[in-house]
Amino acid sequence: MSYRVLVVDDSKLARMAVAKALSALHPDWTRVEAANADEALVHAKAGTFDMAVIDYNMPGRNGLELAAEMLALRPGLPLAVISANHQVEVVTRAREVGATFLQKPLTEKALDEFAADAMKRLSENV
Amino acid sequence: MSTILTELQLDALTEMVNIGVNRAAASLREMVGEQVHLSVPKVTLVGRERAITTLAENETTNLVGIHQVFEGDVTGRALLIFPDTRSLELVRAVTGGELPLEEIIELEHEALAEIGNIILNGCLATMANMLQRNLKMSLPEILRGEPSMFFSLEPPPEAGEVVMFLYINFAIRERDIRGYIAMLMDMPSLAALQVLLDEFIERAT
Repeated sequence: MSYRVLVVDDSKLARMAVAKALSALHPDWTRVEAANADEALVHAKAGTFDMAVIDYNMPGRNGLELAAEMLALRPGLPLAVISANHQVEVVTRAREVGATFLQKPLTEKALDEFAADAMKRLSENV
Repeated sequence: MSTILTELQLDALTEMVNIGVNRAAASLREMVGEQVHLSVPKVTLVGRERAITTLAENETTNLVGIHQVFEGDVTGRALLIFPDTRSLELVRAVTGGELPLEEIIELEHEALAEIGNIILNGCLATMANMLQRNLKMSLPEILRGEPSMFFSLEPPPEAGEVVMFLYINFAIRERDIRGYIAMLMDMPSLAALQVLLDEFIERAT
């Protein structure tokens, strides 16, 4: 089954890097991109994706605030927050809001594990 | 002056600094036992004068800086700068807070060098790894003075003006500690950096 992944990052390069890893793992999946929290929420309301990968460190709202808002709109949505900032508070907060914490720079292996878990959760919810 | 770098090159540089500083913040957090907050980094290329004005506009007191020289394909200086008045508070945060003032003052130099080392090395090492180059880093040196002093260090760059100034705010809110990171390099180094950034972009995308 092919899924749609929302990639949220203010850095174009970082979005391109996620895109590269994603297309190596699942070339048939569709990618939706957002450069900030507001764009991401428009997608969330429209339901244009099945899972999301969100950068933590963004201007305006950070990735965890966005993750919480998106989960309020769409409970159970598989979400990953990516950051090089693996401070206990950030990792714990990610767990609390119900997001997976992924280290930056993102490895294919880490993305693969998140995607596998997301697929499992999505198939169980159907 | 930012037009020297393309939008994507600047984006790549910002992303690298972002990752480096975030990792360093995680190490600093282990040292101080409190969350270290970071602003989203702003990487701007400015001249010396603009860099001095920026610091002077934001900071009224004298500054303390930890300075390291990096050498390799790209050569330059990295600085971690914060208000002088908060320097003892930073040392107190790192040493655990129970020490008498005399001991904190005694430890100040060592503690500042260690903090600077963690943040600057964390940042530079991440950049070097991502650019797949080796950067040799000098031992940290502590400097105190007005903003202009930090951007007029001896020896002056051999070729051209120092042009690169990137900064990020970090803060330990509970202790009212904040600071900046600046990197300075000359035109030939900036040109070398552009080549490395292009290679990095090619690999990443």
